[in-house]
Amino acid sequence: MNNKDNTIVSLENVTISYKSQPAVKNVYLDIPKSKVTALIGPSGCGKSTVLRAINRMNDLIEGCTLKGRVLFDGIDLYDKDIDPVEVRRRIGMVFQQPNPFPKSIYENIAFGARINGYSGDMDELVELSLRQAAVWDECKDKLNDSGVSLSGGQQQRLCIARTIAIQPEIILMDEPCSALDPISTLKIEETIHELKKDFTIVIVTHNMQQALRVSDMTAFYNAEQEEGTSGGKVGYLVEFNKTEEIFNSPCQKATQDYVSGRFG
Amino acid sequence: MVAFVLIGIGLVVFTGSIESMGRYGIKFLFTSDWNPVTDQYGAFTAIYGTLVTSITSITIALPLGVGTALFITEKILPKLVRETIGIMVELLAAIPSVVLGLWAMFIMEPFIRPFLSGLNNNFGWIPFFSSRPGGPGIAPAILILVVMILPIITSIARDSLNQVPSRLREAAYGVGATRWNAIFNVILPAAISGITGGVLLALGRAMGETMAVTMIIGNSNNFNFSLLSPGNTISSMLASQFGEADGSQVSSLMYAAFILMIITLIVNIIAQWMVLKLKLKY
Ligand SMILES: Nc1ncnc2c1ncn2[C@@H]1O[C@H](COP(=O)(O)OP(=O)(O)OP(=O)(O)O)[C@@H](O)[C@H]1O
Ligand SMILES: [Mg+2]
Repeated sequence: MNNKDNTIVSLENVTISYKSQPAVKNVYLDIPKSKVTALIGPSGCGKSTVLRAINRMNDLIEGCTLKGRVLFDGIDLYDKDIDPVEVRRRIGMVFQQPNPFPKSIYENIAFGARINGYSGDMDELVELSLRQAAVWDECKDKLNDSGVSLSGGQQQRLCIARTIAIQPEIILMDEPCSALDPISTLKIEETIHELKKDFTIVIVTHNMQQALRVSDMTAFYNAEQEEGTSGGKVGYLVEFNKTEEIFNSPCQKATQDYVSGRFG
Repeated sequence: MVAFVLIGIGLVVFTGSIESMGRYGIKFLFTSDWNPVTDQYGAFTAIYGTLVTSITSITIALPLGVGTALFITEKILPKLVRETIGIMVELLAAIPSVVLGLWAMFIMEPFIRPFLSGLNNNFGWIPFFSSRPGGPGIAPAILILVVMILPIITSIARDSLNQVPSRLREAAYGVGATRWNAIFNVILPAAISGITGGVLLALGRAMGETMAVTMIIGNSNNFNFSLLSPGNTISSMLASQFGEADGSQVSSLMYAAFILMIITLIVNIIAQWMVLKLKLKY
């Protein structure tokens, strides 16, 4: 860990369980600042679970518990006196399914900013956020239309804009393109490239090409049957490295198999 | 079939009331003599009673019911408490109204009487509290209606809230909403259409409720603004007088019933319209 200075979030021996059934075990992960980190791995290995642990979204799920530490700028996010609302304000999230509010496009952006105490020029913020998320041109003439009236790809970029507008330090994205066509996907990837100048991004993706195209670092997760139990599979981190390393010369055989598509 | 029955009932009530309509016309709605001896009929007391009991009881039950539903669906309380509340709400809905009526007469009304007296002593200058409470009256009828419609509002609000997709909740919390931000700005607006439907259903129920109200409202046709004095509603007037009525009294009761049907119809139309109007697409 020679680049500790650049680490913004670090997971230390994190184990997350749903109702005492562990979903991922003993994860150590140092997410570098101002880079794009991709989380890849087979379905059900706990990528979303890990991602949601970073901004305490898992708190909303009953029975979900976390052991270990998640440090953000050296502060343990699961400390007793940390307010999860504050955490989510500093670590924004874009979900797998586009989920704009059933409000106007303008309100979709303004709502989060307002509850976060933004007091500047709202029109300006709305325009800037939509521009940054590369959806301004499609929205500028219908800011008062419902956010739900946009196409799926536009909705997802609206959701990105909404997250940008609260000015978080990190943006978490859980398979942001899985519900989108290739063109919208490319647009979102371009957006990610732009955003990386200002934000740290962690993205979960099932698309190897996408991980290659957008990410600087890649973490590969896998899941396997717990020894000596009859329970479900438990996920763990296999390998975490620069994206080129993971794709070109991985250390682990499982990684090699997965990235080359030879995986069960 | 349903339409047929509905039109049939409407026709019977309407033809029954023609005589009274001809005699009193629209005046029936605004006069409050109801005197079988002199054969003078006016339904104002009962109409006032119907409107004031139903609207006031809704106003009280709405925040209570929606609040209870929020406690259940938004995981504000521990699971055990939530489930207990949920079961209690359903049990409350299962109590027959005659039992509630008895309870209201013998337990609830004596219990709240000192409190109602207090209202009269301190706020007697407000017309609604201008009489001395004593025994049955409009106020205990309102409270018993609250008990009866609370389960309706709670369960419909709970269903509407449960139908708000979890991705909307996540969206709200994801932009840093506190629980109250999320509830008031995102979750309730998404559920408001369904809740409104439930409220108007409950309003219909409150206007039509007969048994318990008849037992506790006092069945008096002397008009008095005060909620603390005995009064009447159209339904309870029908229930208490129809058995021994004849001639033009029957016709006047029919006329009152017809008015109740019209009011209920209007409430329903407004309900449909509001449900559509408030519906959010998500
Ligand atoms: N809300 C929940 N309640 C109980 N168990 C859950 C819940 N969410 C996830 N799990 C379990 O945790 C494990 C990891 O799930 P997770 O959603 O993190 O996987 P994932 O890697 O994101 O999969 P995918 O690629 O399919 O999205 C799974 O075994 C799943 O059954
Ligand atoms: Mg997932």
